[in-house]
Amino acid sequence: MNIVVLLKQTPDTESVIRIANDGQSIVTDDLKWIINPYDEFAVEAALRLKEKHGGTVTIVSCGPQRVVESIRTAMAMGADKGVLIDDPALEGADSLGVARALAAAVKELEPEIVLCGSRAVDYDQAQRGPMVAELLEWPHLGLAISLECDGSTVTIERPIEGGKVTLEADLPALVTMGGSHAVWNPRYASLPGIMKAKKKPLEVKTLADLGLDPAECGAEAAKIRIVSLEMPPERQAGRIIDDGLDTEGKAAELVRALHEEAKVI
Amino acid sequence: MADCVFVVAEFRGGDFRRVSYEVASEGRKIADALGVSLYGIAVGSGVTEKAAQLGFYGVDKVFVADDPALESYVAETYVPVIASIIEQADPAAVLLPASVDGKDLSARLAARLEAGLAQDCTEVVVEDGALKAKRPIFAGKCLAWCEWAEGALPMISCRPNVMDCRDADATRQAEVETVPVEIPEARSRATGVDLDTSGKVELTEAEIIVSGGRGMKAAENFAILEELAKELGAAVGASRAAVDAGWRPHSDQVGQTGKVVNPNLYIAVGISGAIQHLAGMGSSKYIVAVNKDPEAPIFTKADYGVVEDLFKFVPAFTEEVRKMKSTC
Repeated sequence: MNIVVLLKQTPDTESVIRIANDGQSIVTDDLKWIINPYDEFAVEAALRLKEKHGGTVTIVSCGPQRVVESIRTAMAMGADKGVLIDDPALEGADSLGVARALAAAVKELEPEIVLCGSRAVDYDQAQRGPMVAELLEWPHLGLAISLECDGSTVTIERPIEGGKVTLEADLPALVTMGGSHAVWNPRYASLPGIMKAKKKPLEVKTLADLGLDPAECGAEAAKIRIVSLEMPPERQAGRIIDDGLDTEGKAAELVRALHEEAKVI
Repeated sequence: MADCVFVVAEFRGGDFRRVSYEVASEGRKIADALGVSLYGIAVGSGVTEKAAQLGFYGVDKVFVADDPALESYVAETYVPVIASIIEQADPAAVLLPASVDGKDLSARLAARLEAGLAQDCTEVVVEDGALKAKRPIFAGKCLAWCEWAEGALPMISCRPNVMDCRDADATRQAEVETVPVEIPEARSRATGVDLDTSGKVELTEAEIIVSGGRGMKAAENFAILEELAKELGAAVGASRAAVDAGWRPHSDQVGQTGKVVNPNLYIAVGISGAIQHLAGMGSSKYIVAVNKDPEAPIFTKADYGVVEDLFKFVPAFTEEVRKMKSTC
């Protein structure tokens, strides 16, 4: 089975986010970069498909050279090869522009299934997967918390508010991953895996290599852009309910405060 | 010249979901600021008889696509149906719910319409006739204001539970226009729907959340939080530590890998307050922390803190809530 995983590199979720001097971007100097956790779930799901059906797992990513490290990490987990679309014209591209670049790369690879995170933990756009599927004119199934594939159809469970639905698509199809670490339990890279990853093929491509014009997917084509960033209002530590009260006394005082002061219960 | 703003409603289980009314209310505000009409789009099976009710929340006219084949949301079928309605007009903006289905729909629809999409917005303003939208990024660690390029179609999905909802005006029925539905050929379908009918409150739409972390020590101990949640009409959430330990299902996880929530009241029990968790619940109106460690970082964000053994405090608190409810 020919499997593609779309991977984004994001700051570690433990990162403290600070706004840069331009007021539009974040300070990236001291950030630790990781594979977007939801994309890591996609890598894990792809490797399980490969274990069952054989085939290859190709990682496709957009971004600067630092992304190579994350692609190598996915290779150390077991992915076979990688494509990095590194083009300065993508700086400032919107989700649709990035999706066009990814879709062009996917087309060349002719996979049967594409897996990617339902969202990235940085800009939380939640657009890439459905957009790539639309551009490829493929079906997509979103927010998978389980994935079964028999080689001709793929079935997922999708949690919705107050329940879940089961969805099915004929291949080729794209699936976006939901769930959590506890659901997918992505494997760690083994030491031999890390050694092997260094020798796996990784192609770096520009938009021109993919037959794309920066004017149709780069910053100048962006329909939407961030004009300013602000920090959320800082929360202040409030009141510790103590007053020498016993457990019951504190419970009663908290109920009173929530009912009379905050008026939320 | 744009002639309308569109709002896409979400219909499930025979009725519109509440977020549809929030989106309609926000759409009304924007349509008024721009001096255009507000059109609704209602897609589903059996949606026709309810469609006029979108008028209660400010919609002038509703385009209805009603077909048994549209019973469940499937991106591949919903997107062309909705796109064909939007393409009949010249909208200034399209607003949608940032619900589970709404976010998925918005993304694919934006690609089809070649629109600029701001997902999961918490605020929309009109300045000099142009739209600006605010959306949390990094799970709320930072907020981004977005603008659209000249000539681009702004699409905005609205985070549930954040934007003001108008009071229903039952005298205000919307005009309803039934659209001939052509179900596109699709290679994907819904094969099963399993809706929880226990009345459990969804985390992202809950007014009150009671959440447990590592301090809960075991799955069965969440019973005391369930009990408290029942008294308060609250949803039960969990930290990543509690989900990773297998004590709670992944759907309960609050944080940067999990759900971002914004209730009126968030009660964090036995949660120390890792930065990823604080990001996911930091926009709650009021935060209460219960933890036996007075140094837990959660106390720096809490409006009310209680330094106590949770196993003693929570049952006592539940009892006090019960007493208060019985006297109100």
